[in-house]
Amino acid sequence: MDEIRDLYQEVILDHNKNPRNFHRMDDADAVLEGYNPLCGDHYTFFVKFDGDRIDAVSFDGSGCAISKASASIMSAALKGRTRAEAERLFELFTAIVTGKIDPVEHVAELGKLAAFAGVAEFPVRVKCATLPWHTLHGALEGTEHHVSTE
Amino acid sequence: MATMWNETASSIATVTTAAFDPTRVRADFPILARPVRGKPLVYLDSAASTQKPRVVIDTLAGFYGEDYSNVHRGVHFLSQRATDQYEAARGTVRDFLNAERDEEIIFVRGTTEAINLVAQTYGRANFGPGDEIIVSAIEHHANIVPWQMLCEQTGAVLRVIPMNERGELRLEEFESMLGPRSKFVSVVHVSNALGTVNPVETIIEIAHRHGVPVLVDGAQSVQHLPIDVRALDADFFTFSGHKIYGPTGIGVLYGKKALLDAMPPYQGGGDMILSVSFERTVYNEVPFRFEAGTPNIAGAIGLAAALRYFRGFDVDAVASHEQALLRYATERLQAIDALRIIGTAEEKASVLSFTLCAVHPHDIGTILDQHGIAVRAGHHCAQPVMQFFGIPATARASFAMYNTTEDVDALVHGIEGVLEVFA
Repeated sequence: MDEIRDLYQEVILDHNKNPRNFHRMDDADAVLEGYNPLCGDHYTFFVKFDGDRIDAVSFDGSGCAISKASASIMSAALKGRTRAEAERLFELFTAIVTGKIDPVEHVAELGKLAAFAGVAEFPVRVKCATLPWHTLHGALEGTEHHVSTE
Repeated sequence: MATMWNETASSIATVTTAAFDPTRVRADFPILARPVRGKPLVYLDSAASTQKPRVVIDTLAGFYGEDYSNVHRGVHFLSQRATDQYEAARGTVRDFLNAERDEEIIFVRGTTEAINLVAQTYGRANFGPGDEIIVSAIEHHANIVPWQMLCEQTGAVLRVIPMNERGELRLEEFESMLGPRSKFVSVVHVSNALGTVNPVETIIEIAHRHGVPVLVDGAQSVQHLPIDVRALDADFFTFSGHKIYGPTGIGVLYGKKALLDAMPPYQGGGDMILSVSFERTVYNEVPFRFEAGTPNIAGAIGLAAALRYFRGFDVDAVASHEQALLRYATERLQAIDALRIIGTAEEKASVLSFTLCAVHPHDIGTILDQHGIAVRAGHHCAQPVMQFFGIPATARASFAMYNTTEDVDALVHGIEGVLEVFA
């Protein structure tokens, strides 16, 4: 059952059990819904910006351990990042969970996100891991769009 | 193989009944011998689709290898053979359902297409604004969405028979829903998400008392219960071949001849016409009116082989084997503290939906899969059912005649493994 332990790493199980930033945010600049109709994972993400930086990310909702841990770890990883840095993490993360790059080469940059490398062995679960990221990606693009129209 | 078409043409009633032994049954299903992820396969997803016995696989290969051609048009040898086998398959289905006439059997892709067909032909011709179509709270999406589409087209209204917390329909409410605007009842026989066996005899009797026709969705019942559409007095009955050990892409719509005769065509094309000119087209008789284009010939012939195989067993013996498995699995799963069984109707088929405290069904499914155990995880195309129970999804183990108590033991062991990971 090594594959199972690779998928359900301690850090993932921990963030599933005790998700960080797991609350609604009244003064969010962007509120986005992420929904996977196939498995019913359903989250709402709240983002607060401070100029070009992401001041805070929080979320609520429900879903599988992979999606919930991904949302939790993402919310912590994005705090204080610029939009460009967030974009870079989004690209790194999706490349890692789809097995396109080796996480070992990006350990420092990835931090806890490296725990999701095992997902690559479970193709049907990739969408669970990427749901929070794809949802937030929309928020980043939406904000850029919003900023550009000002 | 050369004699196969003669076997196809023979009535299923002539097949001798074999004693029921799940171990012997397993030997008929080649796939059950293959390992999955280095473990013996424990296949508990038969409510999604059943595996295929050797005889069905051989029939498909034999038909394509020896007898294949298009049906209903050629005067040549092979076309005649294919037509004979295809029409003999219709007879086999008629026998299986105890319908009165071959013409009452329409081959479709599956239950979903059958319900869409009835909605778009019978429904379009007969329903208008304010007319009421009644379904139940435990329907598969396939028996909800076609009626919603029809409601949008005609102005008809969808009404829903409620259920109780065990997942049983509240029939007393049903009776009071029927009135002058009631035009149609379409109800599932066995719930795919909960296993509930609906008392369709009673539902039909009540509906008929109010002059309302009834469609029974038999996708989850034909493989578990003896079906007699005439004893039921069902106006329409549907099922899918792949859920009763047959091929995918083939299913059946049974309809009473008088109803079918009055229905307009479904799709237009070849085979469904008597004559075509640019001024006027004359539609064919039933069942051909509803089978436009080249049908799934091999599928129909494979389905007939599956039905003959299935009827080779005593249906009551199959049912009691599956009921014993359901009881055993229910007892063993109930003994797990963190586990909650969803759907606890008095009358259930061998479908067992459950949730595990703090473990999402998809995580259950992934971990069980690593043990070689195939279960379903999700909303089972029955989101209203999930909403009723306040859950996003369940894990579902479903049992067919080839399952054994060892499969249940493997499931329990697998669930213990899930709980270990999430301890």
